[in-house]
Amino acid sequence: MNAAAGGPVAAIVRQHRLRWWEALPWAAIVAAYFLFPDHRALGAQILFMTLFALSLDLILGYGGIVTLGHAAFFGVGAYAAGLLAVHGWREPITGLLVAGVAAGIVGLVSGLVILRTRGITLLMLTLAVVFMLEEIANKASSITGGADGLQGVRLDPVLGTWRFDIFGRTAYVYCAIVLFVLWLFARRLVHSPFGRSLTGIRENVQRMHAIGSPVHRRLVTVYAIAAAIAGVAGALQAQTTQFVGLNAISFERSGEVLIMLVFGGAGRLYGAFVGAPAYMLAQDSLAKTDPVYWFFWLGLLLVCVVLFARGGLLGLLDAALRRLRR
Amino acid sequence: MTPALETVALSKSFGALPVAQAIDFALVPGARHALIGPNGAGKTTFVNLITGKLAPSAGAIRLGGVDVTRLGEAARVKRGVARTFQINQLFRGLTTLENVVLAVSEREGRAGDLFRVAGSRPALVEEAYAMLAGLGLADDALRPVRELAYGRQRLVEIAIALGLKPRVLLLDEPAAGVPATESRVILDAIAALPADIAVLIIEHDMDLVFRFAREITVLVQGAVLTQGPPEAIRADARVREVYLGERDG
Repeated sequence: MNAAAGGPVAAIVRQHRLRWWEALPWAAIVAAYFLFPDHRALGAQILFMTLFALSLDLILGYGGIVTLGHAAFFGVGAYAAGLLAVHGWREPITGLLVAGVAAGIVGLVSGLVILRTRGITLLMLTLAVVFMLEEIANKASSITGGADGLQGVRLDPVLGTWRFDIFGRTAYVYCAIVLFVLWLFARRLVHSPFGRSLTGIRENVQRMHAIGSPVHRRLVTVYAIAAAIAGVAGALQAQTTQFVGLNAISFERSGEVLIMLVFGGAGRLYGAFVGAPAYMLAQDSLAKTDPVYWFFWLGLLLVCVVLFARGGLLGLLDAALRRLRR
Repeated sequence: MTPALETVALSKSFGALPVAQAIDFALVPGARHALIGPNGAGKTTFVNLITGKLAPSAGAIRLGGVDVTRLGEAARVKRGVARTFQINQLFRGLTTLENVVLAVSEREGRAGDLFRVAGSRPALVEEAYAMLAGLGLADDALRPVRELAYGRQRLVEIAIALGLKPRVLLLDEPAAGVPATESRVILDAIAALPADIAVLIIEHDMDLVFRFAREITVLVQGAVLTQGPPEAIRADARVREVYLGERDG
């Protein structure tokens, strides 16, 4: 019993307790708003990409599903929100909800089919889904604007009060609040029995079958939830940039978010909060000066992370702290 | 008495290779049955057929008299079958306690809860902990299971299966890979299994088999060679030839 201070139950429940460092991302998000008033538009982009990466963490980091097609849901959300606004429904919050539901449905239906497979087959199928949806968005140009993108996304003020301004002030706060709410939800999810069973699937799917777990149903559920959150992230992009391009639903965007999460560290809930800002800030400063160089450095960094820091930046931090304590 | 587990003419082929040939087999509640046979006899395949990991080519499987041949793996677990694996299949990154809590939660149908915190049903955790304590694993409960010695990991395999409160327990070489110095605890754990569970054990260690089993089935090339109490099996000339003989000679 001595190993379990407060007993075994406390040891399990304790995992859900808020730790002081979990306030850090939020302190940083608030501080950034005041410290960099000229970069709030970029800040808003970082925030919705963080949300996108967070949604990927649920399926990759917890469910162990490797996907190269996650932007399919980001794109569906972006187009859903964009089209709603273009056709006159300009209330932003209901727009987000509709986008989330639309992406969630696409996630549910595609998940039901493709999650019957595993490994390389599954990876190829996730690719196939994003390619197909991108091509649909491209060909249906009368609806989506095709390669020119969806223009003229205009929205009402948030809650009838805060107008989207060109300085990105409303956009920043709006994205931050949506990210906060969905972070709370994701945190709750990973610490629920459902979340623990996802970890079980990631750790050993064979054993999960052997203890009678409905593995397919669990994976489809989390896939649909993550798709819905990705859809909300896409809707945030559509609403705050007032434009939806084909790149929102592309393979490149899928790869980008995967790199962000792997940089930050998958399966920790906070990898997204480190990886997405690091990636976007580096891209913003490096790509401006020389886009070729940006990809060079990105590639080099990727090699280093994959070879030497499998847990990403947070994994490195973890290891360093553990060494300090010893 | 209705058998806890019954197979009728159970057959399976991989292409042209038959790995289970019309196996008729039954376990009564409380059975202590050993399945032996040379390497490649199809022992693990038989277990995989019973659990639903493999689909049979022909024949039927019944649990408590109910046909489960068409049911999937998870549904059969719900009907009371649990197994351990020849090679550890644990949640290596999780604590020993969590390994068992996952099984207990699944059994109680609570593992899909989205809107509760893990551990918010203390009875499930207490039960898992008591299970570990009963197997002498209390001090390891909060350690990641990958840090445990191999022999103790084998015990966690058994703890997970027992967490499902099975009526039929299939032990696939529970002492495999365990050094002789540690195998004692495994033997004790097996001896202490609840009396009402029907247990089928696959094992190569003949000492263990003859100590544990009240009934032995000998499997050769996917077919039942013979079946009977340990004394009869020990005396059977054919068994000595195909199996035991290998060891004596």
